[in-house]
Amino acid sequence: MARLPIDAEEIIAKFGPSLHMPDREGLPGRDEPDTIVETHCCFCGMQCGIKLLAKNNKVVGFEPWMEFPFNEGRLCPKGVLRYMQNNHHDRLTTPILSKPGVGFEPVSWDQAMEKTILEIKRIQSQYGNDAFAMLSGVSLTNEKSYMVGKFARVALKTKNLDYNGRLCMVSAGAGNKKAFGLDRTSNNYTDLEKAEVIIVTGANVSETFPTLTHWIWRARDNGAKLIVVDPRVIPLARTADIHLDIRPGTDSALFGAILNYMVQHDMLDHDFINNYTSGFEAAKDAVKDYSLEWAEEITGTKKEKIEATAKLWGKASTSFLLHARGIEHHTKGVENVLSCINIVLASGRIGRPYCGYGTITGQGNGQGGREHGHKCDQLPGNRDIENPEHRKYISQVWGIDEKDMPGKGLSAYEIIEAIHRGEIKGLLSICFNPLISLPNNNYVREALEKLEFYAGIDFFLSETLRHANIVFPGSLHEEEEGTVTTAEGRVVRIRKAVNPPDNARPDTEILIEIAQRLGAGDKFPYKNSEEIFNELRVASKGGTADYYGITYEKIEKNMGVFWPCPDLDHPGTPRLWEDKKFKTPDGKAHFNAVEYHPSKDPVDDEYPVILTTGRVVSQYLSGSQTRRIGKLVQQFAQPLLEIHPTLAAQYGIQQDEEVIVTTKRGEAVFPANIVETIREDTVFIPYHWPGKKSANQLTSGHLDPISKIPEFKVSACKLTPTGNIAVVDKYSEAYKSS
Amino acid sequence: MAQSYKVQQEFFVDMQRCIGCRACEAACAECETNGHESMIHVNYVDRAQTIQTTVQVCMHCDDPVCANVCPADAITKDEFGIVHSANTSRCIGCSNCVMACPFGVPKKMEKYDLMMKCNMCYDRTSVGKKPMCATVCPSGALFFGTREQMEKMRPNSTPVNKFIFGQETVETKVNLMMPKGSTELKVF
Repeated sequence: MARLPIDAEEIIAKFGPSLHMPDREGLPGRDEPDTIVETHCCFCGMQCGIKLLAKNNKVVGFEPWMEFPFNEGRLCPKGVLRYMQNNHHDRLTTPILSKPGVGFEPVSWDQAMEKTILEIKRIQSQYGNDAFAMLSGVSLTNEKSYMVGKFARVALKTKNLDYNGRLCMVSAGAGNKKAFGLDRTSNNYTDLEKAEVIIVTGANVSETFPTLTHWIWRARDNGAKLIVVDPRVIPLARTADIHLDIRPGTDSALFGAILNYMVQHDMLDHDFINNYTSGFEAAKDAVKDYSLEWAEEITGTKKEKIEATAKLWGKASTSFLLHARGIEHHTKGVENVLSCINIVLASGRIGRPYCGYGTITGQGNGQGGREHGHKCDQLPGNRDIENPEHRKYISQVWGIDEKDMPGKGLSAYEIIEAIHRGEIKGLLSICFNPLISLPNNNYVREALEKLEFYAGIDFFLSETLRHANIVFPGSLHEEEEGTVTTAEGRVVRIRKAVNPPDNARPDTEILIEIAQRLGAGDKFPYKNSEEIFNELRVASKGGTADYYGITYEKIEKNMGVFWPCPDLDHPGTPRLWEDKKFKTPDGKAHFNAVEYHPSKDPVDDEYPVILTTGRVVSQYLSGSQTRRIGKLVQQFAQPLLEIHPTLAAQYGIQQDEEVIVTTKRGEAVFPANIVETIREDTVFIPYHWPGKKSANQLTSGHLDPISKIPEFKVSACKLTPTGNIAVVDKYSEAYKSS
Repeated sequence: MAQSYKVQQEFFVDMQRCIGCRACEAACAECETNGHESMIHVNYVDRAQTIQTTVQVCMHCDDPVCANVCPADAITKDEFGIVHSANTSRCIGCSNCVMACPFGVPKKMEKYDLMMKCNMCYDRTSVGKKPMCATVCPSGALFFGTREQMEKMRPNSTPVNKFIFGQETVETKVNLMMPKGSTELKVF
């Protein structure tokens, strides 16, 4: 059983999180580094260019990389301090084995491998191959993502592989495939520059993708009108021309009403709709009753502001619509995405300069990772694991019989549910910390405790991995060569700056050895990352995400290549759809009929307040890396409950007072931060923290029926003030809460 | 080295763009001469009411009050208009400069008994690079470049470097971006 071997506090004392704080003089060797490596940040989908300074096999500092075209040296605080994850005292440097009552003990690689293989074989022979699942993540490079996908299907022979992108871009991916037949943002961000109108919805750009702020301001300098849709006055909303502070979960009502307004006032591109799209009539009919008054009632936002938005959008000659998790983390995440696409298609403003649309991919390799590897229903090249032709092609590339290719497996949260049901007994994870990032995480913890065997690969012992029986010390972003695909669809080079320290190993080597020991070594003959990438190129060839024409050399020469890039002479495709030939079966862009549906956990008399969650600028996702970097931790040291003064007054809540937040899943206590920058009916908690400080103790596991994304953004809650005033300063130990 | 200082390059601060991310503080603190303290300061105006932050960098005054009031001659202005941080061998930690600066820039670092402030990354700017804060700023709230570049990039704003505090007029090397056509900022 995968329970903690000893108390969490004892594990934390040895493996962290602990804070890496800089010495006053900086890290030794920074002034005279051995190497200066042009690579990218390890965090969000912007994948900003950065130079890492390395000395004696340690990353000791950074320098801005001025020449990289997207960010030209610009960085956020996470990027500036990302180098502090290297050379960290929490780093796992040897395989460890969990011993009940004792803790984690170092073991040899051979012992760790032997035990893992024994358990995989035992579980699979006893319960079937699919009873051993794998969870992965898209902070991994394309090479690792591709390898994980192949490893799970070919070596582990399980269908149950999924990834943390399930919490990120899947609603957008599913929506884009329905509408365009392809899952990628349609434009690179230079197309923002002369967009007349920009809508940013459900995307806290300045905190989650800070360097994208520059491109939005470039447009504003050129006269663009900026419309921000968010229940909070996020930094980008503060100066926006229009801020639509809608009630969480009402996005499709807003965009439905805007589409209806465009229809009513004939703000449509009829030529585009007639020649290049299908489904317009049904989409139009679905919103025919969505008046401005109705939208005001549903969204809780003034109809005048909605009308002003519809007018700006309807009359613009160029535009860009961006969205992110704010509209996607819903049981109707796909519908929300489609409601946005509908107003883009109605305007006809796509496939032309400064006419753009796209989701902002959250994770570093959210884009490439989902195309080539570890999504439970996909094969490389964005292929469908249930499509006979696709299965046949990839089976041939992988050198396996097509009948041995597993079918569609369970999605990430469904894997947790299947563990609960006793259907999945074993788990291998890499680059995923579901105990922080999945909703209703007490339920997730119970699932982990039911596993008969759990092994993980990671560089730090995450909260989730405390439950593991075996942990293999893997590699950081800067410890292996590779590529990632940015939120723009630009494939860039990740360069190795240092080797994994001590007895840690590159992730790819670990997977290869497990594959060898499982008897599939001949399918993983790679000598280096480039060989993996070259196989990925072939595997993606002919798929919608076609990388065949992209080589390491070409990426380096051009500072990135945009896919699709089907042959070696092809320059890549920064802007999609210029030929108006969409990748749907009929070659047209599809409108989809989107009716507004309420969220699955609506407020009621018992739970009268809407709880929504999100991020802060100094932390990244589950915080496995950023909760160990001292200055980032201190910048926002603990999760605070953002609450409007009117709502706070109703409950008599004081500034910094600890408030019990209760949902149907459980309760947790957070100090109140009383601010006017949030709707009166909504409270907000950022989710990066663990244990008792985790917002995901409260969120629900309701899933979108298509994308299987959980509904993080809307939970009904009640608030109970405690009378205790918390100390809110930079010294909080929330970062290591158990 | 000083010959490489690009005199035509100026520093511009555009408060409306500040997103409060503190990348500037993190990057500034990386400089080993600062002892991992930031010399640029981001503050909320009033978090209860707004998410607005301000960012304060040394304005490098033409006639620097901090240097004028220093009893130890620890603060000097060089030929390029950079007002340098206190000379560590001279500074007596009296805090005259801290109290005199109209922008609230110099900070007394108690643990070092020393005034420390921004010197516009002299180690970088003197070899033709941009200051670290203006290099990393992701929103353009901080920019280092020529006046012509700025005029072309941001036609809706005007750089202002004349500040009126009551009867006192202070002109600075650092510019503040103001609404188009502005010529000065009056602080009463």
